[in-house]
Amino acid sequence: MDAILLQIFNGLDKGSAYALIALGLTLIFGTLGVVNFAHGALFMIGAFCSVTLQRLLTLSHETLDPTKLDFLGNPSKIKTPYIVEWFGADAGNTIIDWSVPLAILFAIPIMLAIGYVMERGLIKHFYKRPHADQILVTFGLAIVLQELVKHYYGANPIQTPAPDALSGVMQILPGVVYPAWRVVYFCFSLAIIGGVFAFLQFTTFGMVVRAGMADRETVGLLGIDIDRRFTLMFGIAASVAGLAGVMYGPINAPNYHMGMDFLVLSFVVVVVGGMGSLPGAVLAGFLLGILESFASMREIITLIPGINQIIIYLVAIVILLVRPRGLMGRKGVME
Amino acid sequence: MSKNNLTRRGVLKSGAGIGAGVALPTIFTASSAGAFTNEPTGNTVTLGFNVPQSGPYADEGADELRAYELAVEHLNGGGDGGMLNTFSSKVLDGTGILGKKVEYVTGDTQTKSDAARASAQSMIQKDGAIMITGGSSSGVAVAVQGLCQEAGVIFMAGLTHSNDTTGKDKKANGFRHFFNAYMSAAALAPVLKNLYGDDRKAYHLTADYTWGWTQQESIAAATEAMGWETVNNVLTPLAQTDFSSYIAPVLDSGADVLVLNHYGGNMVNSLTNAVQFGLRNKQVNGKNFEIVVPLFSRLMARGAGENIKGIVGSTNWHWSLQDEGSKAFVKSFGTKYGFPPSQAAHTCYVQTLLYADAVTRAKSFNPCDVVAALEGFEFDGMGNGPTLYRAEDHQCFKDVLVVKGKENPTSEFDLLEVVEVTPAAQVTYPADHPMFAGGNLGTCNPGA
Repeated sequence: MDAILLQIFNGLDKGSAYALIALGLTLIFGTLGVVNFAHGALFMIGAFCSVTLQRLLTLSHETLDPTKLDFLGNPSKIKTPYIVEWFGADAGNTIIDWSVPLAILFAIPIMLAIGYVMERGLIKHFYKRPHADQILVTFGLAIVLQELVKHYYGANPIQTPAPDALSGVMQILPGVVYPAWRVVYFCFSLAIIGGVFAFLQFTTFGMVVRAGMADRETVGLLGIDIDRRFTLMFGIAASVAGLAGVMYGPINAPNYHMGMDFLVLSFVVVVVGGMGSLPGAVLAGFLLGILESFASMREIITLIPGINQIIIYLVAIVILLVRPRGLMGRKGVME
Repeated sequence: MSKNNLTRRGVLKSGAGIGAGVALPTIFTASSAGAFTNEPTGNTVTLGFNVPQSGPYADEGADELRAYELAVEHLNGGGDGGMLNTFSSKVLDGTGILGKKVEYVTGDTQTKSDAARASAQSMIQKDGAIMITGGSSSGVAVAVQGLCQEAGVIFMAGLTHSNDTTGKDKKANGFRHFFNAYMSAAALAPVLKNLYGDDRKAYHLTADYTWGWTQQESIAAATEAMGWETVNNVLTPLAQTDFSSYIAPVLDSGADVLVLNHYGGNMVNSLTNAVQFGLRNKQVNGKNFEIVVPLFSRLMARGAGENIKGIVGSTNWHWSLQDEGSKAFVKSFGTKYGFPPSQAAHTCYVQTLLYADAVTRAKSFNPCDVVAALEGFEFDGMGNGPTLYRAEDHQCFKDVLVVKGKENPTSEFDLLEVVEVTPAAQVTYPADHPMFAGGNLGTCNPGA
């Protein structure tokens, strides 16, 4: 029973990342009609915002310690972070320890700016081009972005640990423990998803955007500058992906390729959920996350070897055969 | 009416001319019979360094390339000479190889077999490389080794740990200095028994490709021989990033040891996930739960951060070794680049010197002469103690290091501590060992 519960939690946890990325993808597709293959790269950039903040917070003042020798026999360099010098050891180390949560504040303006530049600088020129062109240009952009990150940060994963207070395990049910940060990630993703839905549902801006998603031309005829709002939605979608990346860092160490690792799966999630359907993206994200987790169980793999590697794609094929518009997709959209 | 000007002198001249003409092709034929692929004819010789310059092992590839550049510098008489000063063979004198200045070209394996073969082929056909070396993956090593065998050039493998490289996929033109999965298991088993006892239940997570399979087989055999039970082995996709759904079943499996047969990003992620799930603080069967990572690399250890502390594994070489060869190499490398070399850099540097030495001793670049010079070659002073390049499978036999993630590192490089240096005799196996069966070394191919 515990094993099943753990796999459900694992599934929800994985599904959180899928849902957050798929949510952004769907927002962009629903508003701008663009199939954005660079969305995984935005997730990766978010994670590297966290790496960057961690490096900024640990910028250090170096002193030589003649009593200790380095690997070449020279006096060792002792590094003291400036932040520790300025705020004292306790406060300084606490700030460094909480660098990942702090990176949320750091990442939001960066991701908004990246989203804005990306949409205005490149993607807007492809609105009227076929989806194949959009896929090619955004995929190319994703490769450029990941190579840039690799150039500056290297190919190896870089740890961005969770704060000490949240890095252990916590008891979620009697006798069942689970990594605390994964619980935080799940709750965080629920908050972001809820926030995006509330923003679209309960604000005037959101209503206009939803109206634009349903009928862009009519909204334009009413004198509303829908393009400007959609550009902002692109920035919001980029921020959602970026924040998903920031918070994912303590689960798996950020590396330049992590966006690509999630991209294909997230597209499958979007297709299964229904292109353009925000609730569909979220539902499919959690559903496929749980299915993937159960498919990795020993008993299941023993019964059907290799099922863990194909389950998501298998489900996608079945859904597309039975219900081409996806679980919650609108009739006629990418059907 | 014709006029016949036939004279005795004319016949002799014509005969000589025809004779020379007939002989000429024979002379060339004789010459080409002794020739070989990319025989160096000028005053330079070109080596091909095929390393991952992109992809997940690009950092390791960059370190390999640094080592190759250092080796070329030393062979051409530059720098402080590094391990040329400590190498037991003294034929290399800093004047290149057989008096020819060493030049090099590089290729990008991308850690993909097809890309690695393409870049090796390009270096052989277009750049005239006479020897190919490098790589950070067993899949790549096996693929490029096969290509070099067909092309008639020597392949000096870089970092490749699968038993298959010098087992079922061994080739006469290929040589491996790096240790292998069997050796890791043979070195680790006694240390594990010492640390954790002989009554343990091990759960394996294994990367689903040639290296993972051979490592799991080797570790399971070695630990079962000392009394451990293997409760499960789960194959994980190479592209897996989140291992939580594979770790969770470990919790109620009854296992008290988790063996991670993962390398690179897989290892960093699976170890991080295992630590997140609290396995290191868990008690099972009245014992502390333990995690073992059979193949360690300092570069990967850095990626794993704090999680690596106290984890036991094995490595081919470590910069903290205090023998004269290691110290000379660390000094050369560290002075040039500002940080200590990795085990990948070490094996690539050594392989380059070993190739140059073999050519010099053979007094020939002909691959078959080089193979003969390397087979059964015994040497020392290269950082691993007395070493043998076994003739039967072209595998180096030398001491193996068992290491542990350091609890209190003194610098960003000081991540691993050597727990034990396992003597070569303890990790040596017969050439016909079942784990290495199925292959045929064949005969050397000089190409051309």
